[in-house]
Amino acid sequence: MAKLTIEDLRKIKEKVHAETSLRDGAWRVKVTVHMGTCGIVSGAREVMSALIQEIEEAGVTDVMVTTSGCMGLCSREPLVTVEAMEQEPIKYEYMNANKMRQVFKRHILQGEVQTPFVLAKGAEIIK
Amino acid sequence: MVNEICVHIMDIVANSLTAEAKNICIFITRDNKKNFLSMKIVDDGKGMSEEMAKKVVDPFFSTKTGKKTGLGVPLLKGTAEHCGGNFYLKSKVRKGTEIYSSFVLNHPDLPLLGNIKETILVSVISNPEVDFKFHYTINGNRFILDTKEIKAQLGDVPINHPEIIKFLRIYLDENL
Ligand SMILES: Nc1ncnc2c1ncn2[C@@H]1O[C@H](COP(=O)(O)OP(=O)(O)OP(=O)(O)O)[C@@H](O)[C@H]1O
Ligand SMILES: [Mg+2]
Repeated sequence: MAKLTIEDLRKIKEKVHAETSLRDGAWRVKVTVHMGTCGIVSGAREVMSALIQEIEEAGVTDVMVTTSGCMGLCSREPLVTVEAMEQEPIKYEYMNANKMRQVFKRHILQGEVQTPFVLAKGAEIIK
Repeated sequence: MVNEICVHIMDIVANSLTAEAKNICIFITRDNKKNFLSMKIVDDGKGMSEEMAKKVVDPFFSTKTGKKTGLGVPLLKGTAEHCGGNFYLKSKVRKGTEIYSSFVLNHPDLPLLGNIKETILVSVISNPEVDFKFHYTINGNRFILDTKEIKAQLGDVPINHPEIIKFLRIYLDENL
């Protein structure tokens, strides 16, 4: 098979357009991985990689990933915030690739908050 | 010490993002014959005053402004100098920042390079509103990934769309 080139993106774009024309295209869930230096050293990149892989495998198109800097809670990093539409944001602490996969499958896809990893709901820290 | 060069890259890029950069260029050059590895990261973020830049490079350099600084930059400088290379930081307020470091490739204490592809992918996907340009030169062969070029093809499809993530992963695998 020939190598992919940047021009192939145009075909992919058309495919995406064809498949999403019926939906409103809005993000259903926003996931933020906090990546201060402390977060990166404690594995935030692995968490982000796992998340990206899960999104690819599931083929979902309504989950947006972003990063933000350190939150000043370094000892609990990596931290991940999941904001689903019309729900209060959930912050998970001490994340790793496996926990991220679990949160993706259970919380992001099925709506079950993974309580054992939760640091905070909304603005409130529960531990 | 940081255990992967990629972690240093993520660190410096994180600083550029915090400084609200809209364009980040990453140049990595590796030359086995010359036994040399270098990395330069240039951003158009808010930059630093001369005094701040000095303080950032040497966290024990004290100024009266008293802003607390972190470890990302001094760690990279430490690794470069320890591994027989050089380091510099140039910055201009409201213009941007350039951070260069080089290393002797076979220095026994040189951290592993780490997963460059994953580092690029994660940076690009998780900051869709920022443009990245990667120049990766290995023994004279240059690979360039320019998100501006990619976005020009994509139109209204976001670069962090799963189909595009898949494309980028294959594209990087085929070229790096
Ligand atoms: N690219 C940049 N543009 C503007 N300011 C920067 C840049 N890089 C570093 N700085 C300034 O230098 C400071 C120190 O950076 P450094 O990475 O060493 O620590 P930090 O980001 O504050 O904390 P951390 O240890 O979490 O990385 C930053 O807080 C910021 O003020
Ligand atoms: Mg930093």
